[in-house]
Amino acid sequence: MTTTVEAMHGSHAGHDTPRDATPPVFYVRDEHAHEAASTALGFWIYLMSDCLIFAVLFATYGVLGASYAGGPTAKELFDLPLVALNTSMLLLSSITYGFAMLAMEKGRTAQTQGWLAITLLFGLAFLGIELYEFAHLIHEGAGPWRSAFLSAFFTLVGTHGLHVTFGSVWLVTLMVQVARRGLIPANRRRLMCLSMFWHFLDVIWIGVFTYVYLMGALR
Amino acid sequence: MSTHAHGDHHVDHGHDHGHDDHGHPAGAHGTFGSYMIGFVLSVILTVIPFWLVMNGTLDNTTTTVVILALAVVQIIVHMVYFLHMNGRAEGGWSMLAMIFTIVVVVIMFSGSLWVMYHMNHNMMPGMTPDMSKMP
Repeated sequence: MTTTVEAMHGSHAGHDTPRDATPPVFYVRDEHAHEAASTALGFWIYLMSDCLIFAVLFATYGVLGASYAGGPTAKELFDLPLVALNTSMLLLSSITYGFAMLAMEKGRTAQTQGWLAITLLFGLAFLGIELYEFAHLIHEGAGPWRSAFLSAFFTLVGTHGLHVTFGSVWLVTLMVQVARRGLIPANRRRLMCLSMFWHFLDVIWIGVFTYVYLMGALR
Repeated sequence: MSTHAHGDHHVDHGHDHGHDDHGHPAGAHGTFGSYMIGFVLSVILTVIPFWLVMNGTLDNTTTTVVILALAVVQIIVHMVYFLHMNGRAEGGWSMLAMIFTIVVVVIMFSGSLWVMYHMNHNMMPGMTPDMSKMP
C-alpha cells in the first residue's frame, strides 16, 4: 500500500561524488504497520459481499414466500418457541465471543480459550436445534421439494446454518492455534476476523427470525 | 543518514504496530460494559417481537411494521456494540463499504419484490389454466 522504495545516492548524485561507495539501500516502508487494519477492512468487504448473497436469498424468499403449491403454510409449520430458543443460543454465543475478545485483549489465554469453548457449545446447540427443525419438517413431508416457499426457506436458513457450521470449524481451528502458539499477533488478528464473522451471522439471523419466522407466522 | 532514517523508521513502525494491536477499530474497541449494553438491548429487542407475534395483541399490519422496525434497531445495536462500527473505523472505508452494500441491497430487494408483485398481480386470471392445458 504505502510502499516506498528509496535508492540512496542514486544517479544524479553519483557522477560528481564517487567517494560514497556504499551500495544503494532499498527498503520497503511500512511493511507491516497496517497489516491488521487492512485485514480488517478486507474481511469487512468480504462480509459485505456475503451480505449480498443473503440479500439475494432474502429477496427470493420474499418473492416465493407465499407460493405454497397447496402444501403446508408458514403459519402451520413454524414452531416459534423453538425459534426463540434458537435465537437465544445465537445471541448468547455472540456475547460469549465478545467476552473471549475482551479476555484476548487482556492477554489471558486460558480465559480466552474458555469463552471460545462456550461460544462453540452455543453455536453447536444452535446447529443441533436447526437440524432437528429441518428433520422434523422433512419428516412431516415439508421438505424443500414440497413448494417454492419451502425451497426458498431451506435455501435461506440452510445457507445461514452452513455459515455457522464453517464458523464453528474455524473456531475449533483457532482454539487449536491459540493452544499451540498462544495469543500471538497473528492469532489475535484471526480471532478478530472470526469475531466479525460470528457477529455478522447474528445480524443475518435477526433478519431471518424477523422476516422468515415471525412474519411467516403472521402471514 | 540512510541508517539513521532507517532506524527512526523502525521506531515508528513499532509504535504503529503496538497502536494497531490495542486500539483496533473493527475488533477491539469493546469493553465489558459496552458488550453488556449491546447484549441487554438485543435481548429486549428480541423478546418484544416474539412476544408480540406469539400473543397476537396487535393486528397483523401493525405487528409487521413494529417487528420490522425493531429488527432494524437491533441490527444497528449489533453493528455498534458487537461489530464496533463507526464512521472512523478504517478511515471511514468500512462505513463507506457498508453504505454502498446497503444501497445495493435496498435497490435489489425492494426492486425484486416490487417487480414480482406487479407481475403476479397483472397476470390475467384465465391465463394460468389455459397455459396448463397447452401441450
